[in-house]
Amino acid sequence: MNQSSSADRSANRSDNSNAAPPRFNRIPTLIWVLLVGFAALFIAGMQDANISLERLWRGTANLGVFLGEAFPPDLRRIEFIAGSMLETVNMAIVGVTFGVLFSLPMALLCAANTTPYRWVRPLARMFVAMLRTIPDLIWALIFVVAVGLGPLAGILAIIMDTIGFCARFFAERIEESDPGPGRALRAIGASEAAVISAAILPECMPSFAATSLFSIEKAVRSAVVLGLVGAGGIGVELTSAMNLFRYQEALTIILVILIVVISVEQLTSMLRQRML
Amino acid sequence: MQVTVEALSKVYPDGTEALHEVDLVIEPGECVVVLGANGCGKSTLMRCILGIEPISSGRVLTDKIDIATARTRQLRLLRRRMGVVFQQCNLVNNLSAFQNVLFGRLGRDGLRGSLSLTASKAAREQAMVCLNRVGLASKATHRIDQLSGGQQQRAAIARMLMQEPDIVFADEPVASLDPKAGREVMDLLWDVVQERGITVVCVLHQIELARAYASRLVGLRAGRICMDGQPADISAAQLQDLYLAAPAGKPASQLRCA
Repeated sequence: MNQSSSADRSANRSDNSNAAPPRFNRIPTLIWVLLVGFAALFIAGMQDANISLERLWRGTANLGVFLGEAFPPDLRRIEFIAGSMLETVNMAIVGVTFGVLFSLPMALLCAANTTPYRWVRPLARMFVAMLRTIPDLIWALIFVVAVGLGPLAGILAIIMDTIGFCARFFAERIEESDPGPGRALRAIGASEAAVISAAILPECMPSFAATSLFSIEKAVRSAVVLGLVGAGGIGVELTSAMNLFRYQEALTIILVILIVVISVEQLTSMLRQRML
Repeated sequence: MQVTVEALSKVYPDGTEALHEVDLVIEPGECVVVLGANGCGKSTLMRCILGIEPISSGRVLTDKIDIATARTRQLRLLRRRMGVVFQQCNLVNNLSAFQNVLFGRLGRDGLRGSLSLTASKAAREQAMVCLNRVGLASKATHRIDQLSGGQQQRAAIARMLMQEPDIVFADEPVASLDPKAGREVMDLLWDVVQERGITVVCVLHQIELARAYASRLVGLRAGRICMDGQPADISAAQLQDLYLAAPAGKPASQLRCA
């Protein structure tokens, strides 16, 4: 009722061009459907979570027990923990390096202005989208089956994740590049490959470097988690410490992760700001 | 290098007819200046001759080769003999002036022969000679985006020199420069082409510059050639006419920049 009357009013006013627009615009049906759908999922989700004051209270108490038992952090195995943290960072670096190397040709296939044939582009984009949609943890599970437990599985998972991320952003940057310099080189007889390497890539290089740095940051964070499924790195130590109720050691591991991840983030964002 | 344009028409996908049956023969050694109001088809004509814009009908023959049907390899062989200087100089912004000049050899020597890292000693020295010729030897290591507009255009001329073309197409080379810098760039461009006997086709906006430099003036209006002759034979009134009558239905001030 409200909607129809406001619609009437706006119809009456349409001949008077100076009138203010109506206070409410009619909400389109599609938006209604989406809103109702969202509300339904939200309510179902809240019921699934089975939230009660009593559970929240018990949870807080348990958290207190954990913290109490974890404190002070146990530094006896710090050398070993630092070693596996280093392994984690190494995994991230190796994975990102190969990922970026593979991303470059992928991005050239994905970008509208560099793709060799028109039919290649949707295929390449679909491939990259697939790599991106599958979460890194699932890639790690798959590669643990393929190559066994250990850092190699984690590295392969990070490579896949990096291609999905970098190839997309590289391609977008390539598509934004200024067509002028390339056109000038083409006009004086340069081949397509020469145009790409002489005009397009130099222009995109700072942005590629910044994106790669960001994906190192991303990879360090995901390398920490990949250990949870046995794909190497410090995550393995964390799960076993938690499962064996060695909370003091677990806290040490968590603190080490925190320090390393924050430092990597600071370092890469500083470098990125210098570059752009 | 002789360029023959026969009944060239160009209709853009949106239906705008930019060129209507243009006939033009450019003989080796000529300095042709193309004049006309914004949107009259000057730049389109140039891009069609260069083969960067597909043509709708007619033919463009460069040394008797039809560029529309030429094979990729043949086209590249032709293009390495055709230099270009654009309004926005179209240099690679975050590379050095030296590297950009070396890229003049891309058509001839490929990527390896024109990267500063891998180019031959002779090529690198020649690039410095070219930069020296345009007065930019001291700026060789500067990035292009650190140079002023006039210096960038001079670097573009140095790249053209490095290429050693038979013909140069210049599309409003001084449109974005102030009068003094514009004059300097035109002087340099003309000196250079006269030294080497390069044919020039140059699109210009400034009538006084056109009169001063051209050996032949070609006027375009609404996609047709309406004036063609030596500067001495063309009256000031004829030149003024080029800019007065705008194409029907479109006030000149609203026309898209060609």
